[in-house]
Amino acid sequence: MSEPPHTDIRDARAAVDAVYRSESRRVFATLVRLLGDFDAAEEALHDAFRAALEQWPRDGVPDKPRAWLVSAGRFKAIDRIRRDARVDALDDHDTENIPAPETAETGDIEDDRLRLIFTCCHPALAPDAQVALTLREVCGLTTEEIARAFLSAPPTLAQRIVRAKNKIRDAKIPYRVPPPEELPQRLDSVLRVIYLVFNEGYAASSGATLTRHDLSGEAIRLARLVVELLPEPEAMGLLALMLLHESRRAARTDGNGDLVLLEDQDRSAWNRELIREGIALVEHALPLRRPGPYALQAAISAVHAEAADAAATDWAQITGLYDLLLRIAASPVVELNRAVAVAMRDGPAAGLALVEALLERGELEDYQLAHAARADLCRRLGRQGEARAAYRRALELTRQAPERRFLERRLAELGQQK
Amino acid sequence: MKFLCLICAEKVMEQMETADADSHYAEYAKFTEDIRASGHYISCNRLLPPSEATTIRVRNGRVSATDGPWIETREQLGGYYLIEARDLNEAIRIASRIPGAARGCVEIRPVAEDEQTVTALGFDKHP
Repeated sequence: MSEPPHTDIRDARAAVDAVYRSESRRVFATLVRLLGDFDAAEEALHDAFRAALEQWPRDGVPDKPRAWLVSAGRFKAIDRIRRDARVDALDDHDTENIPAPETAETGDIEDDRLRLIFTCCHPALAPDAQVALTLREVCGLTTEEIARAFLSAPPTLAQRIVRAKNKIRDAKIPYRVPPPEELPQRLDSVLRVIYLVFNEGYAASSGATLTRHDLSGEAIRLARLVVELLPEPEAMGLLALMLLHESRRAARTDGNGDLVLLEDQDRSAWNRELIREGIALVEHALPLRRPGPYALQAAISAVHAEAADAAATDWAQITGLYDLLLRIAASPVVELNRAVAVAMRDGPAAGLALVEALLERGELEDYQLAHAARADLCRRLGRQGEARAAYRRALELTRQAPERRFLERRLAELGQQK
Repeated sequence: MKFLCLICAEKVMEQMETADADSHYAEYAKFTEDIRASGHYISCNRLLPPSEATTIRVRNGRVSATDGPWIETREQLGGYYLIEARDLNEAIRIASRIPGAARGCVEIRPVAEDEQTVTALGFDKHP
């Protein structure tokens, strides 16, 4: 024991709280592996911390709190199974099937958090369920916190989590880091969940405020964890991309909470520390293998971050990066972004031709940013009437209050120029 | 957070065969001991059947009382547990072990903890 048995009770309580914050998700991840079941692990985790609250004030805080908690949780689970077996003789649980934690605080146990992430983001689960389960089981958010962040009702979210756990149990989804041949695809699924969480925090899809800090912060923490445990280039690319987005948080809305476009942002308000970290990750991730979509998007974001202002941006390089991105992850949205970069490189007429061709294909007909881009390019070319019509179409499609105000402002400005 | 788990079933203890009720009581004894040990327990009670219920209303200052529950349902409220849980999913995990959940159903309701409620009920003065 690292501390004398007569440790102040409040100190021991504080120690339990601190260990809960830093270690409870790791202990949980290991207990899921040992007990093979999310609910049993949650119960054992609860019991372990309850035992800590009783014993640490009396006996002192153990040298290896995490190992202590894993072992306490395991014994409590075995106790429980034995008690249940006495009541229900037909119970087919067998305590002998519960493995020992093996290595104390190294090796396998480190991988448990990765196992947990891969299980929560398993493609057999519905995408909504993957997000909810990851936030609750990996990040430790409560059901109510997740519901608040996603503007949904706690009972709806709780059901999603219950169903996901049932599915894991019924479909016998294995608790493991996928083998190398499955890894790229499964990692994609994990990164997609993380990016979804980030985007929900960064650009809330509806509601009055533009950003919800907590979710973006959680997503970055998750990505750091994945990069630490599994330094794959795309994981690094995603972390870089999110850090670079995050670096502009203070500049992307004004005092009224209104949206400020990248070209109009006060670049002195960008967070240099995050930019440095993001760029370093991009430089590390890009040459490792054929760059993936996250690394390329991060590279594009890094080019913006390096420019003193919009005019000084290396639009040729950005267009080139979009060309690469289109080759591996073609989508109309990427084409739209490339068209905007072309407009900056070759002038609004060249960009508008591309945007209009895209709109004619129909896939972006309901995408407000396509109409907003068309409106902006028409405005720059002095085609007021067309600009006005396109802003109106974009407004019809926009649900977010700050984005609406931005479009309304642009429309009003056009009115004055008439 | 506190959650009230309302246990509803088609048959309450009084309406069961003795042997069936006895084993149901044994299940409750074990469950209640379990959640006392785990620290989730706050309080609980079994209610006498709806035939013992009286419903009152006050209208224009006059009390009127009627027999029975105020609404006819096939499932009757038989008892409740008040529990402490980290979140709704933990409450669901605990409530799913209430023996009545396997026979009838358990409705889980979060206890209101907003400031106005806390003040109105005097919990700020009598914690």
